Amino acid sequence: MGLLDQRFENGNVFITTADNLLNWARLSSMWPMQFGLACCAIEMMATGASHYDLDRFGIFFRGTPRQADVMIVAGTVTLKMASRIKTLYDQMAEPRYVLSMGSCSNCGGPYWEHGYHVLKGVDRIVPVDVYVPGCPPRPEALMEGLMKLQEKIRNESLVQRPSPLATAKTA
Amino acid sequence: MTPREIADLLAAAFGQSVLESKTEGVPNPWAAVAPDRVRDAAFFLRDDGRLQFDSLMCLTGMDHGGGTLGVVYHLDSTTLGHKFVLKVKVPAADPRVPSVEAVWKVANWLEREAYDMVGVVFDGHPDLRRILLPDDWEGFPLRKDYRVPEFYNGMKVPY
Repeated sequence: MGLLDQRFENGNVFITTADNLLNWARLSSMWPMQFGLACCAIEMMATGASHYDLDRFGIFFRGTPRQADVMIVAGTVTLKMASRIKTLYDQMAEPRYVLSMGSCSNCGGPYWEHGYHVLKGVDRIVPVDVYVPGCPPRPEALMEGLMKLQEKIRNESLVQRPSPLATAKTA
Repeated sequence: MTPREIADLLAAAFGQSVLESKTEGVPNPWAAVAPDRVRDAAFFLRDDGRLQFDSLMCLTGMDHGGGTLGVVYHLDSTTLGHKFVLKVKVPAADPRVPSVEAVWKVANWLEREAYDMVGVVFDGHPDLRRILLPDDWEGFPLRKDYRVPEFYNGMKVPY
């Protein structure tokens, strides 16, 4: 509230569009699902801990997909895990977003050639909004990815929300 | 006890069933036994007062190529402080090895892993199913003739 305190003279009246208000609410409280798959999860935990402190962006990890808005796929997606990830994604309420963290989840990473057990990119089973490169990405990189996601949400519209499939085709 | 003495004890107890051994000039001295005597040899190594191999440190499934599979047992005696390696080879067409789960309990999961990756079948194992890969996986991925499937449950596997 510090930013708004004592800045307005005529009471608590703000004028904005419904789009702006909804987008502002969504991007200010992106709640990721709390799960990690491999070493990227360590960096994700570091990002959530006090030094990098994701809480200051309104990002709180939730223990269930029902309460989560964002899925951070942090680590190697094995074929065994892939069907579970798909199920978890399906259990999240819309609007939902997916952030693919690290090379494994982006494209298979070091397992791209001989990883018989690894899915070569989580975008083969769920639509991905933001890719964060790195092996593993530093907390700063993950935060930049989350900021990118905020940017994406900021430009959404109630009237026409670009479907994940449509963006995948144009990309 | 020196590796040579251990190999001699094994040879004295199992005679022709000890197929080969090498105790000099290798980092891990070993003896190879016939597949059907592995379990007896394991009990002997564990229970003989001079050997006391009370710990199975590692059990490895191998594909030697040319249609031969194998299992390697790394043994340690925590009481006497010596180590030894037991080896066995079986044809890939009929890869049956007696389970040593009754000898060292840790073999339960290790044998499941060897079965999962290489496809060695351990006779007498109480619960021989895959441990790492999904239950519906086809084939044994660490075999030399393994080919990565094009699809698994509708998901494309190759890059």
